[in-house]
Amino acid sequence: MTLEKQGAGGEGPSPSRDLRRYAALFASRTRVMTSSVMRDLMAITEHPEVISLAGGLPDTASFPPEEMARVMGQVAREDSARALQYGPTNGLASTREAIAQVMEWQGVGVDPGDVLVTTGGQQVIDLVCKALIDPGDVIVAEGPTYPGAVPTFSSYQADVVQVGMDGDGMKVDELEETLARLEAEGRRPKFIYTVPTFQNPAGVTMSLPRRRRLVEIAAERELIVLEDEPYSLLRYEGAPLPTLLELDGGRFVVHAGTFSKMLAPGLRLGWAIAPRPVMEKLVLGAQATTLCPSPFTQLFVSGYMASGQWGGYIDELREIYTGRRDAMLSALEAHFPPAATWTRPQGGLFVWATLPEFIDTTDLLARALAANVAFVPGRAAFVNGDGSSSMRLNFSASDPVTIEEGIRRIGVLVAEQIELYGAITGSFPAIPAQEAGPLADVVELPRRDEERRRQG
Amino acid sequence: MSGGLNVAVLKGGRSLERQVSLASGDRVEEALARLGHAPTGIDVGTDLVPRLAELSPDLVFIALHGRDGEDGSLQELLETLDLPYTGSSPAACARAWDKQVTKELLDAEGIGTPRALSFSETALREFGGSQALARVGEKLGFPVVVKPCRQGSALGVRFASGADELPEALLSAFSYSDRALIEEFIPGRELAVPVFRGVALPVVEARPTEDRFYDFEARYTIGSAVLSCPAELDEETAATARETAERTVELLGLRSFARVDMLLDERDGVPKVLEADAIPGLTDTSLLPQSIEAAGIGFDEFVGQAVEEALAAA
Repeated sequence: MTLEKQGAGGEGPSPSRDLRRYAALFASRTRVMTSSVMRDLMAITEHPEVISLAGGLPDTASFPPEEMARVMGQVAREDSARALQYGPTNGLASTREAIAQVMEWQGVGVDPGDVLVTTGGQQVIDLVCKALIDPGDVIVAEGPTYPGAVPTFSSYQADVVQVGMDGDGMKVDELEETLARLEAEGRRPKFIYTVPTFQNPAGVTMSLPRRRRLVEIAAERELIVLEDEPYSLLRYEGAPLPTLLELDGGRFVVHAGTFSKMLAPGLRLGWAIAPRPVMEKLVLGAQATTLCPSPFTQLFVSGYMASGQWGGYIDELREIYTGRRDAMLSALEAHFPPAATWTRPQGGLFVWATLPEFIDTTDLLARALAANVAFVPGRAAFVNGDGSSSMRLNFSASDPVTIEEGIRRIGVLVAEQIELYGAITGSFPAIPAQEAGPLADVVELPRRDEERRRQG
Repeated sequence: MSGGLNVAVLKGGRSLERQVSLASGDRVEEALARLGHAPTGIDVGTDLVPRLAELSPDLVFIALHGRDGEDGSLQELLETLDLPYTGSSPAACARAWDKQVTKELLDAEGIGTPRALSFSETALREFGGSQALARVGEKLGFPVVVKPCRQGSALGVRFASGADELPEALLSAFSYSDRALIEEFIPGRELAVPVFRGVALPVVEARPTEDRFYDFEARYTIGSAVLSCPAELDEETAATARETAERTVELLGLRSFARVDMLLDERDGVPKVLEADAIPGLTDTSLLPQSIEAAGIGFDEFVGQAVEEALAAA
């Protein structure tokens, strides 16, 4: 206010001079903390007429408002003072017990005393970096990796090295080669970041043999594995697999969980389970950043879990998302050209589709936005510019009819791009169906012959 | 100062430069408020005309970048509504928005600009134009820069180091515009010369910190490009760059403020004009505001003068 008044007099500091003054104060790490082009382009998806298959939003509309009112009323009546007060850094006992119960459902027995409650799963990624990463240290991640983890890694000035994936998740043989190469180069990996189940963005799940091998590798090399597990209860088919935490027995695995996808992201409640010495550092880090996770939302979650409604809600979410996933897979089959491939997730929120390599999905997004549909360009999931012909498609946030229409629109654009590329090269080549790429476990879909001719 | 004007600041919109435009608009609104005016920010959408009717502003400040604000359509609309607006006329905007049109005018006037060929989607789809692509190498040599004919902020701009890289680069450019420009690569420093009321302001140089050229990301992110203003140029070169910018703006008929981007060709030392921007970015990190500062004008004063000029032109 004072500044504005001074400015009105024409003698105050001007905004851009101020900016230069601040620029000299910024830490060197802010040089890599950039807002991405894609994020800016995504701003257009805010418009209501845009069908967004871009975000990772769960369907919070399916949570009964009366249930929310009931639990909030209960917290207000029975625990008002505690809900409004600071709490312990590692979380309230009742919430840690609820989390231990969730872990039990995932097959892992956990002592509630070993749980750190956090502000969302994202904080676990941040805390692990804070505890382990010095500038220049290496984090090994899947390629593609969770796009939201990249800025966190960058803000600690880590070097991110990505390891390829296929339908069985991270290629552990490639991981071993990578670790050996890093060792030969004298570079020091601190942890391996993985989303083993229904991976974001690839949608694939790490196989049991690879899970076993991964924890062996971690133990052999004494490296931490950060297991980010937001989706595991959102399984629509197939048998659950043991977590890395369970397989490792809690020696080298830090497990990150969250209520964001299994309940609601607005709660901002997640958790970490870690080997004790690591946990001590995580707790100190958490204390320094948030003091404590919100007691209010912790009491909401533990109150809701105690009501016994949660299992039913998870079942409902599974049913809704199964229908949406199926709608997306059928729409892809109907509207994407034979040259495209995509994954077929057994759970989670995302499908990863890959187009002919001459199509750049960041550029395609510009066309897609003009057609009122959006997706996440694959490049967002890589640190080195790879993924340029892939895209992440979300099916949890839209109803089946909308999904079908969104995929249809993208399919039309892709077909146009293929045709235009043919016109540019003058070859009008029959684009062959891609060979089963590493991240295409459903390339064997039946195709209609006339569709092939039309595309060719 | 005119004092107490009711000013509609148009920003946002549906263009790919939405975020940049929102930042530009916010800054303009703050400046207008400091100047004692009453700004109302409007995020441009399908309800723009009714909202303008309701607001009945004395003046419209256009801070809308990209196609929405710069191709002249918005200016035409404001002419019809008899609303005074900042910046250039519809036809001048249209000339600057189309890089090929700009280039032809520059060529005719003898103002240096990189040699280029343009291709439309129509030529390639319907006239068998792909065979003509074979001549790109002999006419321009490689590498070339491929860019959309009508798009701001370096979106869709690609290098092609050989004929084999042309198709993908063209496909990229066509994602933003139905015509693409294939331009000879000019090695040299990247300069931007803002022009305000017909007079060139201090030259800005943008040096990318990592990328090969000053791309969309670098333009709007603090720290990803090193800007220096005034650019370290010898007096004669700086004077030539400023004169080139002034001539370009006059040639295109751009009014009030604009920015001319050029490359200082390291082979002959002559600045080569790439494009003129009718609604240059006005964010904290934008080039024009930095140049205004270097000229000792100040952002508020700039906004005030742009407003007065728009009223005078109405």
